[in-house]
Amino acid sequence: MTTMPIAVEARNAVKAFGQGAVAVKALDDVSVQIRQGEFFTLLGPSGCGKTTLLRLIAGFETPTSGQILLGGEDITHLPPNKRPVNTVFQSYALFPHLTVAQNIGFGLEMQNRPRAEIKETVARMLALVQLEPMASRKTSQLSGGQQQRVALARALAPTPKVLLLDEPLSALDLKLRKEMQIELKRLQMETGITFVFVTHDQEEALTMSDRIAVMSAGHIQQTGSPRDIYTRPANRFVASFIGETNFLTGKSDGRQVVLHNGAAVDLVTKQGAVSLAIRPEQLRLVATGSAGAMPARVASTVYFGTDTHVHLSLSDGSQIVARQQIPATGAMDLKTGDEVGVILPADALQVLED
Amino acid sequence: MADRSFEVARLPGFRSIALTAFVLLYLPIITLVVYSFNAGQSVAVWEGFSLDWYTTAWENEAVKGATYRSLLIAASASAIATTVATMAALGTTRRKAFKGQTFIYVMINQPLMVPEIVTAVALLIFFASIKVATGYNGLIYLIIAHAAFCIPFAYLPIRARLEGMDLTLETAAADLYASHWQAFRFVTLPLMLPGIIAGAMLAFVISLDDVVITEFVKSGGQDTLPTYMLGQMRRAITPEVNAISTVLLALTVLLLTAFFLLTRKKD
Ligand SMILES: Nc1ncnc2c1ncn2[C@@H]1O[C@H](COP(=O)(O)OP(=O)(O)O)[C@@H](O)[C@H]1O
Ligand SMILES: [Mg+2]
Repeated sequence: MTTMPIAVEARNAVKAFGQGAVAVKALDDVSVQIRQGEFFTLLGPSGCGKTTLLRLIAGFETPTSGQILLGGEDITHLPPNKRPVNTVFQSYALFPHLTVAQNIGFGLEMQNRPRAEIKETVARMLALVQLEPMASRKTSQLSGGQQQRVALARALAPTPKVLLLDEPLSALDLKLRKEMQIELKRLQMETGITFVFVTHDQEEALTMSDRIAVMSAGHIQQTGSPRDIYTRPANRFVASFIGETNFLTGKSDGRQVVLHNGAAVDLVTKQGAVSLAIRPEQLRLVATGSAGAMPARVASTVYFGTDTHVHLSLSDGSQIVARQQIPATGAMDLKTGDEVGVILPADALQVLED
Repeated sequence: MADRSFEVARLPGFRSIALTAFVLLYLPIITLVVYSFNAGQSVAVWEGFSLDWYTTAWENEAVKGATYRSLLIAASASAIATTVATMAALGTTRRKAFKGQTFIYVMINQPLMVPEIVTAVALLIFFASIKVATGYNGLIYLIIAHAAFCIPFAYLPIRARLEGMDLTLETAAADLYASHWQAFRFVTLPLMLPGIIAGAMLAFVISLDDVVITEFVKSGGQDTLPTYMLGQMRRAITPEVNAISTVLLALTVLLLTAFFLLTRKKD
C-alpha cells in the first residue's frame, strides 16, 4: 500500500462559508493524501466538514485557499464535469425521468462514448450490482437498497479515478447496511477504483477502510489504518470518538508516570503532566493486593452476551471500565461492591498529545 | 366512540347553497350553448335546431379576421410569456434562497395585482406615443401587451414544477460530465417540461379571453374574437355570438383539461 502513488490530495485546504463575523470555517487547513486503489474513509461527527471536503474534491465548491490535486495535477479550479471523479450522493440524486439503464449510462452519454461501448458498460454495471431485471424500470419503482445500487453503478460506469461516497448507507436499515458494506468492499476490490467514503459511524469505518482520517471541527485529527487509529489514538478526541476508552491523568518524571490515584506505571514519556488512554479490553482484573495492581471497587457490572463491562471506582473517585470476555479462563465472578486489583499493561497505554 | 370529523358538507342548507351556486354558474352557459343551435334570429326564443349560425360565423370575414388575430396573438404572446416565465422560474428556484427573492416574486406577479384597467390605460398611453413616433400600427403592440400580462400565469405552474425538483439533480449531472447546457437539456428541461406546457396553455387561454387590455391597445381593424363580440353586442344580437362563444368555450375547456392532466400530481 505504502508504495502506491497518490490519487487525490488536499493541500492546506480552507473552506469558509459566509463573510465577516458570521463566517464558518467548514475546513480549516486540511491536508490529506489518498493513495491509489485504497478504501479511504473520512470519519467524524456531523458538521465536522466531511461533505465539504468531498465537495471540494468533486469540484462542487472551490476552496477559500489551498489546493486540490488529482494524480499530482492541480484541479482546484477545474469544474466538476471536467474531473474524472464521480460521486454517490447521500440522497442518491437519481434522474427520475430516466430508466435504471439510462441513469447508469448517463455519464458515458455525456462523454459521447460510442453507442456499443455504452451498451456494453451499462450491461456490465447492471450485472455488477445485480440489477439486470430492473434495467428498464423507472428509478421511483425501486426500493431504497436498489436505488443505492443504481447510484453506485451510475457513478462507477465512467470508471472514475476516484469515487466519492457521502454517507451512502445512512438511509438504509441495519440489515441492508451490513449487506451493502460487504457489497461496497467487493465493488472496490473488483474495480480497483480509489474510494473516498464518508461516514459518522466508527464501526463502519473500522470494518471497511484501508485507512481512515478522523475529522473534527474542520480539522483532520489523525490519519492511519483502522488498527493505528484504534490502538494508537493521537489525541483525546480520536480516543473517545473511536470505541470506548478510559482516560487517566498523571505526572511523569520521564520514565515513570504517577497517576492521580497514586498508582505508578513504568512508561517513557515527556516530563510533566500527561494524559493516558487505555481500552476497556486491555485492563486486567486480578485479586486485590496482587503485585503492580491498583486497588478498585466494582461499581456495577453490565452483561453484554459476549462480554461483561465492569465499571470500577478508583481510590481517587474516578471511574474506569474494564471488559471481560465470557467465558474467560480465570475470569472472576464479580459483583457490585467487590474489591479488585487492576493492572495497566504498559504496552497498552496510549500517551495522548493534548 | 363517535370519531366523526367535522364536515362542512353536513351543515344544514349546504346542499341547497351548493346547488344554487352550480345553477348560477352553469345555467347561463348551457343556455348560451343551446341557443347557438337556434334556427331563428333570437337568442331568447327557441325556433328549432340548426347549425346555421356556425355557418354564418364561419363565412363572416370579420369573424375570420378576428379569429386569426386572436390565435396569432395568443400563440405569439404565450410563446414569449412562457419563455420569459421559464427563465424567471429557473432564476428564482434553481439556486439557494437569496436576498430580495420575495421582491422578485412580487415583481414577476405584478400583473396579477395591478387592476387590469390600470394596466390597460398605462399601455394605451405608452403605446400611443410610440405609435405616433414610429407611425407603425401593427399587431406587435397587442402581442407585447398580452405577453406581459400572461407571464405570471405561465410562471406559476413552471415554478411549482421546479420547486418540487431536487437541486442535487443538476449537481449530479455535472458530476457525470454534463456541461451546463447538457445538464439543462437532459435533466432540467425534461423534468420541467410538463410545467412549461401547462404554463403555455394557461397563458394561451388567458390571452385568448382578454377583452379589457385588447380593447384599449388595439388600433382600428385589429379586433380579436372577444372585442369583435363586444362590438356586436352594441348592435342586434344574433345567435352568431353564441356560436362563436361556444367554439371559444370548447377550445378553452380542451386546453384547461389538458392543463389539469399535466399539472396533476403523479403518485
Ligand atoms: N453551503 C454552506 N453554507 C454555509 N455553511 C455551510 C455550507 N455547507 C456546510 N456548511 C457548514 O460547514 C460545516 C461543515 O459542514 P459539512 O461539511 O456538511 O459537515 P459534515 O458533512 O461533516 O456533516 C457545518 O458547520 C455546516 O453548517
Ligand atoms: Mg455530510
